[in-house]
Amino acid sequence: MSLTLEESAASLSVRDIDVHGVTTELYEGGSGTPILYLHAGEGLRPSAPFLGLLASAGRLLAPVHPGFGVKPRPPSFSTIGDLAYFYLDLLDQLELDKVDVVAADFGGWIAAELAVRSTARLSHLVLAGPTGIKCSDREDRDIADIFALGRAELIELMYADPAASQVGESSLREDFDGLSDDALTSIARSRESLAVFGWSPYMHNPRLRQWLHRIDIPTLVLWGACDRFTLPKYGESFAAAIPEARFEVLEAAGHYPHIEQPERFAEVVANFLEIKSSSVVTGRPS
Amino acid sequence: MRVWQFSEMPYTPAWGVDTESLRVTLPNSNYDPKLGAEIYRRQFENYLLADDLGFDLMSNEHHSTATCLQASTSVILSSLAGSTTKARLLSLGNPIANRPDPVRVAEEMAMIDNMSGGRLEVGLIRGTPAELSSVNANPARMVDRFWEAHDLILKAWTSHDGPFNWEGEFFQHRQVNIWPTPFQQPTPPVWVTVGSASTARRVADEGHVIATLLGGYSSRSTFDAYRARTLELGRPYPKSDRFGYLALVSVGATDEAGLERARLMQPHLDVSLLMPQQFLNPPGYAPVEANVAALKRGAKGSLSTHQQVGSGEGKDVMLGKKLPSLASVKRSMDQGLLFAGSPDSVLQQITEFSRAMGGIGHLLMLGHAGYMSFEDVADNIKLFGNEVLPALRELPEVDEADLAAERDELRRTVP
Repeated sequence: MSLTLEESAASLSVRDIDVHGVTTELYEGGSGTPILYLHAGEGLRPSAPFLGLLASAGRLLAPVHPGFGVKPRPPSFSTIGDLAYFYLDLLDQLELDKVDVVAADFGGWIAAELAVRSTARLSHLVLAGPTGIKCSDREDRDIADIFALGRAELIELMYADPAASQVGESSLREDFDGLSDDALTSIARSRESLAVFGWSPYMHNPRLRQWLHRIDIPTLVLWGACDRFTLPKYGESFAAAIPEARFEVLEAAGHYPHIEQPERFAEVVANFLEIKSSSVVTGRPS
Repeated sequence: MRVWQFSEMPYTPAWGVDTESLRVTLPNSNYDPKLGAEIYRRQFENYLLADDLGFDLMSNEHHSTATCLQASTSVILSSLAGSTTKARLLSLGNPIANRPDPVRVAEEMAMIDNMSGGRLEVGLIRGTPAELSSVNANPARMVDRFWEAHDLILKAWTSHDGPFNWEGEFFQHRQVNIWPTPFQQPTPPVWVTVGSASTARRVADEGHVIATLLGGYSSRSTFDAYRARTLELGRPYPKSDRFGYLALVSVGATDEAGLERARLMQPHLDVSLLMPQQFLNPPGYAPVEANVAALKRGAKGSLSTHQQVGSGEGKDVMLGKKLPSLASVKRSMDQGLLFAGSPDSVLQQITEFSRAMGGIGHLLMLGHAGYMSFEDVADNIKLFGNEVLPALRELPEVDEADLAAERDELRRTVP
């Protein structure tokens, strides 16, 4: 971690990648073991410092989910499974193996859906504040209703420090001065696409939890101690459904620990990725 | 011109309880069923009065709101089908992108068409942003869902050779074979409410009636898009019976009385869209481009998914502190949202507005709105029915000579 935050943010390059006819933007940086970062539902924040820090721990690939960027959502994409298969295709196309997947919020839901389908190309899984499963009873929501809350309420629920909601490509800024049209388009399209994939059942797949046992790679579930959008106890349930998954809490962070505590986040992730996958869990050859 | 009397059946006793919201979030503990039952009774009395006077009747549908007790257009119209004899009955309409089962809509509408002896006209509408959360319909991809539901309903009405199959993107049915079939063959007249030129063109393809609701003078471009598309398809210039417009109407014995009554109605424009911002702009309801423009205006910038209406006096009005000023009434009149005054003045305003629209064949008359008493409404309906309606019914198509010039102008714009 030799770079400053500013330097690390500037170190990424971006290109378009076409996967079976679906084109999206791919941010890349660093070298070594591939790290696939799957971004939160509000969209990728290309200027966020944690990306550069991840790029100094390996070869970072941070794609924009189809429908969450400048390009239109593929018309045939409408379920979380479409995104999971898209990323399985992407890993095949790039012929990546022993990939460490790091994912946040809605990206964590995609990562879990991907991993229950196949971990063949994966090495480790880090889920930071993932959504996607149902734990409480039918009259309680595990995930605050992002579509029914105002900006101020969301900031209160999602951030330990409200100031962190006002920087970079945050969707909850008071004003969006200085952001490019492309960045604004990505924010607006992300909000729409989040509804496409997560409106109902709200931000989860009722069937996902029962298949999490299939995840047979070392998994870390990370939670912000101050996350009131999805409570830490939801994270504990998430981790409990994945064999031998670790659960860790980051202090002074809300729903986006990667945004609020980038250095601590990168450090925890890097330490976890050091673990040899063969030393954990089932007998899959590594 | 046909005139369709309409009330949203507002529940004004709950207006002002929450000065930020009339919709979605206002607890229904603010609804008193005893009072509500009386409101329904008086509303139906006024519908029957309008039927007697030669009006046609319109119903709509909204959910979780103190602005409208018509939570089901089918329920209202099935009652009117049995209690009226003359009026045509317009549902405007069925929010078919929000209803999980379009075949059920086709059945209900076919029933009402039979029960009324063929007096039904069926509006298929997208619905306002506030409806989405109340009915848990996904705001994203609504337009695609709307047109698939539309196609399924039309096919259900017009298929008579036994069950057909439907495996669409949004709706699936194995055995569609509705009983009863519509009374009017092949289908009841179909209406679609429209707010944009692109939708108007799509509706023109179908030949349905289009209506704009409180669209003001900008409705002209919507209507012209329909006309241009019709010509583009090689069809005759559409007659005025393809165009409807909804406005508030306040008639008094004198201009002063009509304007004074309009002050009771103006709150409809001021407060009926009051709701938390996130329900006014649910994700995917408005196009990405419109949302980008809204983001550029910052957190306080609003997304105009609706015609901006109202006087800005809303909160005071809701709190019952005062009625809107005459100035705000006149502003609404200038915008073409409200016709008000003596019978002669109102007749003239409507005639001129229709002329400015290139000719409209249907006035959807919000003759009850805001804080009017039921006596006010009855008086409004009687004055209009006796002194304005007869002249409007005889109104000729917009002057042929003018029309020729406009047709030529439109033809020049057609590729």
